[in-house]
Amino acid sequence: MTRHVVATVDQVPPGQRLLVTVAGREIGIFNIDGEFFAVGNRCPHNGASLCKGRIVGLVEASQPGSYQFSRKGEFLRCPWHGWEFDLRTGKSWCEPDRTKVRSYELKVEAGETLVEGDLRAETFPVSVEKEYVVLEL
Amino acid sequence: MSIMDLDRKSPAKHRLQVIDCDIHPAMTSWKEIHPYLEKRWIDHLAVYGSHLRHAFSEALSHPRMSPDAARVDAYPEEGGPPGSSLDLMRKQHLDPNGVEVGMLIPLRWNPGSQRNLDFGAALTRAMNTWQVERWVKQDPRLRASVLVAQEDTDASVAEIDARGGDPNFTQILLLPRTDEPLGRRRYWPIFEAAVRNNLPITVHVGGTNGHPSTGGGWGSYYMEEHHMVAQAMQAVMASLVFEGVFERFPQLRVVIMEGGLGWIPSLSARMDKHWNRLRSEVPHVKRPPSEYVRQHVWFTTQPMEEPGSAAALLDLFDRIGWDRLLFATDYPHWDYDDPRYSFKANLTEAQRQQILYGNARRFYGFDK
Repeated sequence: MTRHVVATVDQVPPGQRLLVTVAGREIGIFNIDGEFFAVGNRCPHNGASLCKGRIVGLVEASQPGSYQFSRKGEFLRCPWHGWEFDLRTGKSWCEPDRTKVRSYELKVEAGETLVEGDLRAETFPVSVEKEYVVLEL
Repeated sequence: MSIMDLDRKSPAKHRLQVIDCDIHPAMTSWKEIHPYLEKRWIDHLAVYGSHLRHAFSEALSHPRMSPDAARVDAYPEEGGPPGSSLDLMRKQHLDPNGVEVGMLIPLRWNPGSQRNLDFGAALTRAMNTWQVERWVKQDPRLRASVLVAQEDTDASVAEIDARGGDPNFTQILLLPRTDEPLGRRRYWPIFEAAVRNNLPITVHVGGTNGHPSTGGGWGSYYMEEHHMVAQAMQAVMASLVFEGVFERFPQLRVVIMEGGLGWIPSLSARMDKHWNRLRSEVPHVKRPPSEYVRQHVWFTTQPMEEPGSAAALLDLFDRIGWDRLLFATDYPHWDYDDPRYSFKANLTEAQRQQILYGNARRFYGFDK
C-alpha cells in the first residue's frame, strides 16, 4: 500500500470532481457534501471516460405515478450509455454484482501529519496549514 | 531476438482497422448550407422556416437520453452541437479507433420529411454538396450519403442520377417511416435509380415523417420509443419482400441501419412459415422470404445486442450471417458502440476483422 496525496480539500468543493492520475491510473475524486470518494475513470461496460459523466441522484418509484428522489449527487452517470454508478461503492444500480467500477479509499489528513510522516508527495507541495485528500493504492 | 520479441513487433492483433458505417455530422446552424442552397430557398427559410410533416418541426418526438441524443463528452470546446467539429471527431473517434472509412449519415433537418416538397428537394441538393465540401474534402476518410426527398420520386431520381458515379457518395439514405410502406410501387423509381447507379439503399432509424412511432400511436417514454425502431424496420423489410421489390430489382442491395439485430432471424423464419401457407396471395414472391433477406439485405451492428451470454450473441450472428454484418459506431450519439468493447463475446481475429472492416470493404467496393 502506498499513500498518495491527490488534492487539497479545497480543490474539490462539495458537488465537484477532480480527475487525477495515480501510478498511471486515471481516478476521479468526488466530494459529496464534504465526504470524499474515488472511482476509476473507465466505465466497466464499454470503456468510456466515466468521470466525465453527469453527477445525479437516485430516482425510484414504488408504483407507477409515484416518485421518490433521494441521494442527491451520489451517483455518476456514464457519459455514453448512461449506466448509473453509486459513488460510495462503485457498483452500478442495475447490475451491482456484475458491473462495477473500481472504487478507492480516501482519507482527509492534515498537512502537519503528512509532512511529519513518512509520506512524500513529490509532485505535490504539502504545507502544514492545509488539509489533503489521500488515496491508498 | 526471441519469437516473443518478433510477435510484439507485429501488433496486428491489437491494431484497430475499422470501417464505421454510421457517423452523424451536424451543422452549427442553417447558415452552413447557405453557400449550397439556391437563393430562393435561403429567403424561404428566413421567411417561412422549415416545416416537417409532424408538429414541433425542429424538435424530436421524444426527449432523447441526453441532449442532442449525444455522448456527454462529444460537445466541441468551441461550441456547436456534437458532430459539428471535424477536429473533435478526428481526435475522439477517427484517429484512436483506426477508422479508415467513415460513412456520413446526416439525420437532422429532415429533407425527406419537409411538407414543402420543393424545399425538401432543394435541401437534399444543398446538404449533399455540404457533406462533400464541409466533410469529405476536409478528411479523405469520410464518405457522403445521397439524401433524397423520397415523397417526390422525380426529384429523388434526379438527385441520385446527379450524384451517381461520384466516389464521394457510397449510398442513398432513406428513413423508415415513409408515407407508404417502403416497398410500394411509388418508390420503385428510386430503387431503379439505385441499381442504375450501383448504390445501395440505406434505411437508417429516425424521424417520424408525421407517423406515430407505433401502429397504436405515440409511446410515453423515450425508452419505449427506442424499442419501437425495430418495429419500423420490420415493416420496411416485410414490405420490400412481399411487394416483390427484390424480384423486380434483383441487383438491389439494402442496408438496415441501427435497427437492432435480434429480431432478424425470427422475422425471416415467420415470413417463411407464412409463405408456405399463403404464397398464392403473393405469387410474385417466388422464393422463401428469408432467401431474399439473406441475399439482398445487410445490417449495421450498432446498437450491438447484449443478450446476456456470449453463446447467444454468436448464435445470433450465425443465424443472420457473418458476412451481412457491417460495423457502425453511431458517433457522436449516446448509444455509441466502441469497436474494442462492444462485442460481449470472444470473436476470433478473423471474425472481428470481418465485421469491423472486411464486410464493409467488400460491400461498398473499397476493395476494387
